[in-house]
Amino acid sequence: MDNLLLMMAPLFSSKLLLVLLFGTLFGLILGVLPGLGPTTGGALILPFTMTLDPLSAIVLLTSIYCAGTYGGAITAVLINTPGTPAAAATCLDGYPLAQKGEAGRALGMATVSSTVGGIFSVVILVFFAPILAKLAYEFGQPEYFALAIFGLTMLASIGEGSPIKNLIAAAFGILISTIGKDFMTSIDRFTYGINELSVGIGFIPVVVGLFAISEMLTQSTLLHQVFKRVALKAVKLPSKEDYKKTWKTILRSSGIGSFIGVLPAEGGTVASLIGYSEAKRFSKNPEEFGKGSIEGIAGAEAANNAATGGAMVPTLALGIPGSATTAVILTGLIIHGVRPGPDLFREQPDFLYGIFGAMLIANILFFIFGFFGAKIFARITLVPNKILWPMIFTVSVCGTYSLSQSILDVWIMLFFGILGFFMRRFGFSVVPVIIGLILGELVEGTLRQSLVIFDGNWLMFLTRPIVVTFFILSFIALIFPLLKKKK
Amino acid sequence: MNNVRNKKRANKSLPFFFKDEFKVFSIIIIVSTILLISTFSFDTVPPILNRGIQPATFPKGLLVLIIVLTTLIYYLSFKKPWKKEKKLPKNFFLTLLSFIFFIIISKTLDFFLAISVLSVFVSYNWGEKRFFYLLLVGIIFPFIVFVFFEMILGLRFPQGIITNLYYYY
Repeated sequence: MDNLLLMMAPLFSSKLLLVLLFGTLFGLILGVLPGLGPTTGGALILPFTMTLDPLSAIVLLTSIYCAGTYGGAITAVLINTPGTPAAAATCLDGYPLAQKGEAGRALGMATVSSTVGGIFSVVILVFFAPILAKLAYEFGQPEYFALAIFGLTMLASIGEGSPIKNLIAAAFGILISTIGKDFMTSIDRFTYGINELSVGIGFIPVVVGLFAISEMLTQSTLLHQVFKRVALKAVKLPSKEDYKKTWKTILRSSGIGSFIGVLPAEGGTVASLIGYSEAKRFSKNPEEFGKGSIEGIAGAEAANNAATGGAMVPTLALGIPGSATTAVILTGLIIHGVRPGPDLFREQPDFLYGIFGAMLIANILFFIFGFFGAKIFARITLVPNKILWPMIFTVSVCGTYSLSQSILDVWIMLFFGILGFFMRRFGFSVVPVIIGLILGELVEGTLRQSLVIFDGNWLMFLTRPIVVTFFILSFIALIFPLLKKKK
Repeated sequence: MNNVRNKKRANKSLPFFFKDEFKVFSIIIIVSTILLISTFSFDTVPPILNRGIQPATFPKGLLVLIIVLTTLIYYLSFKKPWKKEKKLPKNFFLTLLSFIFFIIISKTLDFFLAISVLSVFVSYNWGEKRFFYLLLVGIIFPFIVFVFFEMILGLRFPQGIITNLYYYY
């Protein structure tokens, strides 16, 4: 009961409500604009959160996350281009349905299933995050090391694209985290005499570079692409018939999305693809999929929004992000002096339940905004790229510079922008780089501390049951794609 | 029909060093090897201060892993060649060139000026010829962002001809 009251706290604070309203609106705009999204938007707004208290800052980031994930569906349905990668599966049926003159119905279903998926995942978050946090009390350094390895192998295995390329990208991300002074011995690594590098490479320049600047370069190659827009009269609530057809799909996809979200992978992107294919597998009319099936929209949208709450579970309980956007949220937590993990649940329940409540309210808010304002948000896509992207560049440069007032950060951002473009071009996902970068210190730190505990004996890892379990799961995660290929 | 067949044949007979797989493989291997060699110049700590492993060991392990995995994807590309990517358009290179302008101008003249020049250059090359919109992306918007960052975050931008004028007045 106390926790429920704590969850409702954002409703009784005008400041938090204002932050939530702004975050939801901003998230929707980011989600609607192809190429941007909650990850880039969260990274760009991070410097501004410094002017807020920790709870307001994280509420802002989480509301952007929830609304941004849904916002991608609006563009997916109306112009056949996913606003965010998580909405890619929504295009498959959303656009064909819109072409049949039922854009309002398609968006109505996307809005309802996103809201249900989002709320479902917050419930999962409220129940499972504290349990996971309690379990984490059993974890020592070796267990955390094995858990981080498991997370990275899962990311490689079920993430988008080739598992080997994902592993290379994750190893590269960890390698970036080793730049600077070694945190245990203060010995310089990869600094090459550049003093500014001794503090390491910041997370924000890398994220903004890999997402915003590389996308700007991608957009420069797509200037002649013409989008066929479908007119939208109004968003319609699903009919009784539609509810009957889709309620099982929505619930199933909400479960799938929450589960996938908990695993450190690409969150909503993978969740929506699995949610969509499962919806097709269980459907009585699988032949309608790809031609405007309402179940297809429900399956993809419920899953990608359910992944938001799921991805917050390991982020808050263990300090291991479940997606690229939660990696930004994790950075926000650390910048504001909040250390995620089991102690957070014991010492600051008001803070945590405030976040849970804010996520719940954000899901309701984007339902209202989406339902009444989708038509207006869809107009944002009319801003031409030749005006939009130079503006995004300006904000990216200033945002990156502002965190440590270092011009080197801006160069690093540009470098990662160019690198990110070529990585994507040759089939390397950039998400594992981000997760690797954020987990790098944890992986190396826990490995070295474990070796101190084990007196340098690597075999001692195998004497810990939890470690062995995670290693076996990691092995399975690695060979799973090979087995799938052979089938 | 004959043209298509000839083109296909031309792609197949492309020397291996022109293929994307080889280019990506070579770049990763060369960069990783250089980095790996540089790890041998890292300082070492005496055993009493050594926390488990030497500071160079972990990055060394990662670089070896990257080299092994890169070799593996190159080997696998013999069985399943990568999809051939389209040639990059002129606009991509112009945008890349604008980044170089940005670095040179911000380093020598002014940070604000560099942002303005890049914004106008990119917008113009991407097809925007209307004066008002070029003014909007090149001066009005960057100015608003500058003032916003300066007032809300109390940010001090690097010195330069325009930035100095702003701070002076």
